[in-house]
Amino acid sequence: MRQIHDIHGGIHPPERKELSRPGKVIDGPVPAQLILPLSQHIGAPASPIVAVGDHVLGGQMIAEAQGPVSVPVHAPNSGTVVAIESRAVPHASGMSDTCIVIELDGEDTWAPTSGIADWREHNRLELMNCVRQAGIAGLGGAGFPTAIKLASDRDQGIHTLIINGTECEPYISADDTVMQCYADEIVAGAEILAHIVGAETILLAVEDNKPDAAAAMTTAAMNCEMAEVVTFPTKYPSGGEKQLIEILLNAQVPSGGIPADIGVLCQNPSTAIAVLEAITLGKPLTTRITTVTGEALSDPGNRRVMLGTPIKDLLGQAGFDSTAGNRVIHGGPMMGFAVTDLNMPVVKITNCVLAPTADELPPPQPVQPCIRCGHCAEACPASLLPQQLYWYARAKDHEQLERHNLFDCIECGACAYVCPSHIPLVQYYRSAKSSIKDAQQEKVRSDNSRGRFEARQERLEREAAAKEVKRAARKAAAEARAASGEDPVQAAIERAKAKKAQQERVDS
Amino acid sequence: MLDLLMNSPILLALTAIVGMGVVFGSLLGFASVKFEVDGNPLSDQINSILPQTQCGQCGYPGCRPYAEAIADGDAINKCPPGGEDTIQALANLLDVEPEPLDAEHGTEKEPLVAFIREAECIGCTKCIQACPVDAILGAAKVMHTVIADECTGCDLCVEPCPVDCIDMVARKTGIRHWSWPLPNPHNSPLVIASDRPVGEAA
Amino acid sequence: MFGEYAALLVAAVLVNNFVLVQFLGLCPFMGVSNKLDTAIGMSAATTFVLTLASVCSFLTYEYLLTPLDLTYLRTLSFILVIAVVVQFTEMVVRKTSPLLHRVLGVYLPLITTNCAVLGVALLNINQAHNFMQSLFYGLGAALGFSLVLVLFAAMRERLVVADIPEPFQGAAIGMITAGLASLAFMGFAGLV
Repeated sequence: MRQIHDIHGGIHPPERKELSRPGKVIDGPVPAQLILPLSQHIGAPASPIVAVGDHVLGGQMIAEAQGPVSVPVHAPNSGTVVAIESRAVPHASGMSDTCIVIELDGEDTWAPTSGIADWREHNRLELMNCVRQAGIAGLGGAGFPTAIKLASDRDQGIHTLIINGTECEPYISADDTVMQCYADEIVAGAEILAHIVGAETILLAVEDNKPDAAAAMTTAAMNCEMAEVVTFPTKYPSGGEKQLIEILLNAQVPSGGIPADIGVLCQNPSTAIAVLEAITLGKPLTTRITTVTGEALSDPGNRRVMLGTPIKDLLGQAGFDSTAGNRVIHGGPMMGFAVTDLNMPVVKITNCVLAPTADELPPPQPVQPCIRCGHCAEACPASLLPQQLYWYARAKDHEQLERHNLFDCIECGACAYVCPSHIPLVQYYRSAKSSIKDAQQEKVRSDNSRGRFEARQERLEREAAAKEVKRAARKAAAEARAASGEDPVQAAIERAKAKKAQQERVDS
Repeated sequence: MLDLLMNSPILLALTAIVGMGVVFGSLLGFASVKFEVDGNPLSDQINSILPQTQCGQCGYPGCRPYAEAIADGDAINKCPPGGEDTIQALANLLDVEPEPLDAEHGTEKEPLVAFIREAECIGCTKCIQACPVDAILGAAKVMHTVIADECTGCDLCVEPCPVDCIDMVARKTGIRHWSWPLPNPHNSPLVIASDRPVGEAA
Repeated sequence: MFGEYAALLVAAVLVNNFVLVQFLGLCPFMGVSNKLDTAIGMSAATTFVLTLASVCSFLTYEYLLTPLDLTYLRTLSFILVIAVVVQFTEMVVRKTSPLLHRVLGVYLPLITTNCAVLGVALLNINQAHNFMQSLFYGLGAALGFSLVLVLFAAMRERLVVADIPEPFQGAAIGMITAGLASLAFMGFAGLV
């Protein structure tokens, strides 16, 4: 039995997972149009390779990756591209972004695919390229391009692969459902991932509030020698990868570092399945399991939904009562954000759509002054000082914020959850982080501009000096001519006379 | 002479004090020569905080002259492109009170870059000569264009253009440049009743 | 003997702290404690001045004023010694850190009029310290001053970003905090 450890802090919010009936996958709606944003991941947006009016097949690549940190986008079903324009996308800002809009034709025709059956014989670069071309980004909610994560080993390589089935956030049960229904596929996908990164051990992490999932995974893991299921007590946010590594391996990721620095890699169970399908079947990422839940729905549950399905259609299928629900949240209650335009689509990072009633998730209470109670520091899973970060974020003191390790904050919201004054602490940290990043970028720009300005001053001085030298040379030449007795004016007059005389001779 | 001094206490006292003064004074003179300071490294530190747009809105012909003026004691609130953040950073460095931007020198605007409407450009090179960071590419009678990544938004190229074909457009737009605003920056929770804004009833 | 010097040191640093118990040297204490970096620079400068001035004053008293029976000139000559040491310190600071020199501004030459410095010099005479005792007393006074200045600067840095009601912002809350700190230091009474 593997020994597990504990993280500092953490909270125990009500789980409310039974509401979404984990363990059963319902087919999602088939909408009339699919809206596919070019940027469903961290990194550069993809670039369209189809035009308006083109007919596309299911699984066909419609936008290619731009640069190393990017993933392509594929058509989830067959249809015609009707627009490539700005549409509302799931983003905390509520702004729009370029999307490819496909009108489905109902034929359900697919582009031919070919998988790699003997993936064990292939080198890791080929397999990583296959993962990238399949458009796979982290399906746990962060959306980091998986191929880049697989390539991120340091000198000592990756020794442990962790399949992160923790799903600690309340309401969400997508990973629970996937683990119960597709345990064998997860283990097979994990084996491929372990082969790609060279890991020796696979840990399948499940929180103890998911006994059915743990049982299913244990059965599946019996076929794989290097895989081991580990269960541990439920606490939010144990699912954060740094926190999970501390629980399972008692190792801490260095401040400002990534798990690869200590030889560990974490992947979501759905991502493992996507990798399996991409490599063995050649299938790109076109659907995902999303938890659709909340008391404003009459039929909540986990649905297999096509990427690009408008959230409106998804909620409609689940029996959304818009008068009962006060808002719709993309993501979970701790780390999600409210969405206003329900036409926006489901994207690769949509692990949950939450439609609570006003009683279920009441609007935030008015903010009161900080009473310096210190509950936030007790709850922080990263062992930071949220109170100090709050004061310095208000004062915009970048130096102190960095000294207090602001960038190690995982924005889990545990501090804001326990705050008796209802201060929206995470908003302060997010704002501070972007201010600091902006300031750093501005500094780089201004240093560059100063360099260009000084180079230009030097260039002007050089040109002025060169002019001076030429002028001095001309003056010296003129003086030399004058000194030798020549009168340039007289010489010019005589030359003109001679020319005129010659001209008269020719004429006459 | 020593007897004279010993017998006259006042003279003795005066001699003692003057003697000490002379000794210490020469020590100090020595030290002042040894600890001579040349150059002004403080203005380098100030210059590295200024935004380097070289626009001249502060009243000085560039950022370095303004940095040297600040080192000599000038006000720190004259730089509109730097805005609040630069004033705060200068106040932190020099341990003075940050003041609001001096409206006489301009107002803080969002970051801008210049954009040449190429259809109207006549290739006169006047804007190229005006740009302090050489961010305009072009030559005589050849198309001119602004290298957006190098443009500081100083706006010195707009005036010299004889056909007025240069626009200043916002540099940071769109979803990728959005960032979380600070929650309720002006509505700090009320601690005591006198914090309530002036004009509201109790 | 070692115990005697240790007791002298502890007395000067904690029990009879020059700033918070004897209330000397309050001008730089309130004026320079806005930022921690400035405070550290100021404490270094004052430590240097205090120790050196304490020793030089003692030597001047012992080997110039006493033999010539001019002990009534001690105030004048101590000020002279202190002024010279401060001038020297200012030159060194300007050379090593022009930023610190600019930030300290007028408070650097004002160390000359710092009553803690003159106080140490005169108290050495009052309490008839010998050379080593004068040295330790000056050092202890300097350490006590530095300790309190750095602590107070750290507190003021936190106060400036806190939710202070408007009537109390700035110097007012600073004074209240200094008073509370002073009460805390009174707790050391009877230690030595």
